[in-house]
Amino acid sequence: MVRDALAVGVAVGLSGFAFGVTSAGAGLTVAQTCALSLLVFSGASQFALVGALGAGGSPFAAAAGAFFLGARNAFYGLRLSQLLRLPRAVRPFAAQWVIDETSAVTLAQPDRRSARVGFTVTGVTIYLLWNLTTLLGALGASALGDPAGWGLDAAGPAVFLALLAPMLKGRRERTVAGLAVILALACVPLLPAGVPVLVAALAAPIVLIAARRGTAREDAADATTTAQRTEKDR
Amino acid sequence: MTTWIAIGVTAFGCYAVKLLGLSVPAGILERPLVKRLAALVPLALLAALTALQTFSTSELKLVVDARAAGLAAAAVALLLRAPFLVVIGAAVLVTAAVRALTG
Repeated sequence: MVRDALAVGVAVGLSGFAFGVTSAGAGLTVAQTCALSLLVFSGASQFALVGALGAGGSPFAAAAGAFFLGARNAFYGLRLSQLLRLPRAVRPFAAQWVIDETSAVTLAQPDRRSARVGFTVTGVTIYLLWNLTTLLGALGASALGDPAGWGLDAAGPAVFLALLAPMLKGRRERTVAGLAVILALACVPLLPAGVPVLVAALAAPIVLIAARRGTAREDAADATTTAQRTEKDR
Repeated sequence: MTTWIAIGVTAFGCYAVKLLGLSVPAGILERPLVKRLAALVPLALLAALTALQTFSTSELKLVVDARAAGLAAAAVALLLRAPFLVVIGAAVLVTAAVRALTG
């Protein structure tokens, strides 16, 4: 199990390098890039934020997009708190590590003791590697010159696609994704940078409302989807 | 300065939802509608971000350029069940190659 946790940590930590380079390419300083990895510590949110800022989006629209992406961590936290039963004083420290990968490893453990070990080992490994590789990526970016010349501007969308792909299991998921793409691209010429992605988020409630009847039974399946998807990622 | 504001707001928001999840009683976030939205909203955002960062420019135009080829390479890698880093690497290499070839 510790080896599992380490493997996840290494794989994810390394993609911090891509983030460091992307962030620097979007015009953020090394300090700003590192602050994001230290304080936000949620890959998709960070890529979304620097992407929106790099495209000239307003700071609040950019932050809103990143925030909505990070909101899923609340649901991981909910399930982890039942499993880990952390003392109240420990929660503020453990909270920063509640992300896709730590949740996937922790939820796969058979009992509380190994869940706590899995959470801690994965959390420490990913946090250290993510921040270290972010710093290296940000520093390396200036040596590399224009990130577009190296194709590094494709790293961000590729990360999103890799996170998205395992989620596209059912017809409803594909409908939401398709509608989100259409809404986002249609809004590009019409709205300021950073706003189209927020409009695209409406695809979720729109599809839910359209499919309102006859779906109540799928709740249980939905709850496990997100945890499973990171499982499959490995 | 605006970048620091965006970083501060994002950091606060993202930390707050993590702590919220660990701290609130289970019943509140366990409603079916909330759960379903929680699963689908990130999906919508990721799909939108993938498309936007592939097909839009900073001048707010839609284009098909080397990034589209890179994303197609990533999609093929995903279909072949390649590891995460290989997927990203494929996108970066193909984008750089197409750009070098087309000048």
